[in-house]
Amino acid sequence: MPTLNQIIFWFFAFTAVASGIVMITRQKPMQSAIAFLVTLLSLAGLYLLLDAQFVAILQIIIYAGAILVLILFVIMLLHSHSGEGSTSKVPLQRPVAILLSLILFGGSIYLFASTDFGVASTPPSDMGTAQNVGHTLFDKFILPFEVASILLLTGLIGAVVLAKREREDSSNDAH
Amino acid sequence: MGSPPILAVLAVIVAKALVVIVVLLTAFAYMTWLERRLISRFQVRIGPNRVGPFGLMQPLADGIKLFFKEDFVPAGADKVLYYLAPGLAMVTAFTAFAVIPFGPPDVQLFGVPLFQISNPNAGILFVLAVTSIGIYGIILGGWSSNSKYSLLGALRSSAQLISYELGVGLAIVGVVLLAGTLQLPEIVKEQSGFFFGFLPRWNIFVQPLGFLLLLIGATAETNRPPFDLPESEQELVAGFHTEYGGMKFAAFFVAEYVNVITASGVATTLFLGGWQGPFVDQFPILGPLWFVVKIFAFAFFFIWIRATLPRIRYDQLMDVGWKLLVPLALLNLAITSVIVLIWPSLGGGS
Repeated sequence: MPTLNQIIFWFFAFTAVASGIVMITRQKPMQSAIAFLVTLLSLAGLYLLLDAQFVAILQIIIYAGAILVLILFVIMLLHSHSGEGSTSKVPLQRPVAILLSLILFGGSIYLFASTDFGVASTPPSDMGTAQNVGHTLFDKFILPFEVASILLLTGLIGAVVLAKREREDSSNDAH
Repeated sequence: MGSPPILAVLAVIVAKALVVIVVLLTAFAYMTWLERRLISRFQVRIGPNRVGPFGLMQPLADGIKLFFKEDFVPAGADKVLYYLAPGLAMVTAFTAFAVIPFGPPDVQLFGVPLFQISNPNAGILFVLAVTSIGIYGIILGGWSSNSKYSLLGALRSSAQLISYELGVGLAIVGVVLLAGTLQLPEIVKEQSGFFFGFLPRWNIFVQPLGFLLLLIGATAETNRPPFDLPESEQELVAGFHTEYGGMKFAAFFVAEYVNVITASGVATTLFLGGWQGPFVDQFPILGPLWFVVKIFAFAFFFIWIRATLPRIRYDQLMDVGWKLLVPLALLNLAITSVIVLIWPSLGGGS
């Protein structure tokens, strides 16, 4: 007799994997994006199951609410009429993609096989609250946190510089 | 006393969720009536007054009309997503209300607080997360309709919602810093008492700039005029829901008005002391009443500015969002942080 936790776990785990498969098999990018949304939401469900409420909410706000919406935006702007994928392809795209995915798959299998699952201790159930995540982040990992924010800032400035230069070029061409 | 039976607890939770859904649906119906009546008054017309006394049965008549409309799907539409979109919009609109407390937390049955559906640790972030899923209802509805007006409406809408979410989020952080918690009942409790003996200790008097930013941001987030560019009739027919009719259109309509009510609820909770008011300590049942009164004030305000202000242009909308709202919200956040740091007694954080 499985416990309630196990039933919920298998539900979310199955949904995550199934929608992941749907995502890479659809022809229309829009449908892939929606399948990806389901994957992200099931992962948020799994975080909730692990008492990581704060991480689960952030997963939804950042990945589902911001990043995926931007992806949809690009899809709608580029393929607004058909909603179909681009036909132009990099040479040898398919074999290279298969090779790279196999390497990634092998790597994760290796990690999975070499991990000793019996040892991991169960963290306290209030580990995932906003207060505790904040304390952990700012007491123990302040340097990586700040490095990550500087990296994001660099990316932000880089994007602005690139977009601005392009506009100046095109206005020069026009004159 | 032992712990209450789990079935009783479940029954209480389900019952209060159902009550809240019914109340929200009724509130939606009468908000449409109120809006039509008030706009008529603002424009020196009379408005719907034929169906029942004062036209009070008008929402019912509208509902019946929508129910019997033809159920059509435009040619070339993505069927699954076309049907999914209005449902998604409506469900997320109702879900977002779940964390808003509308009465004192000590009114309990079987240990379950009656005046709030759920109180997660992430509190106000839950509202932001659920509303960010609500955007998908609009995007998918606009895209799957296979119509250029719908698509343009959806594009505008998603750009608008993402832009204003940032300003709203930053404005909310100011309140969270003062309260030292994300949980809404705690934020309400923090606002009890008086300044100088007569002024309620509401956050609107502590964070006036934050309140203003939230109000502007909420108007844009709920697609209310003057920020209703996603469905500006003169340009886009009806925006993302151009190709929707009957009950599917009604679902979008419900979502829009429930979102207005939820936004008013969030603003009330964060800045106007939530359910607090005179005599609530003696009669806890007055809590929901004060809450409804405050929500009504916001609803009136939203209808009022719809009748007053013309729609702004799209580039103006983006300018207001990115060049005014976000910098001001950052300024507000910086000032609040410094003040909380200097006088820790003001903030509730440990």
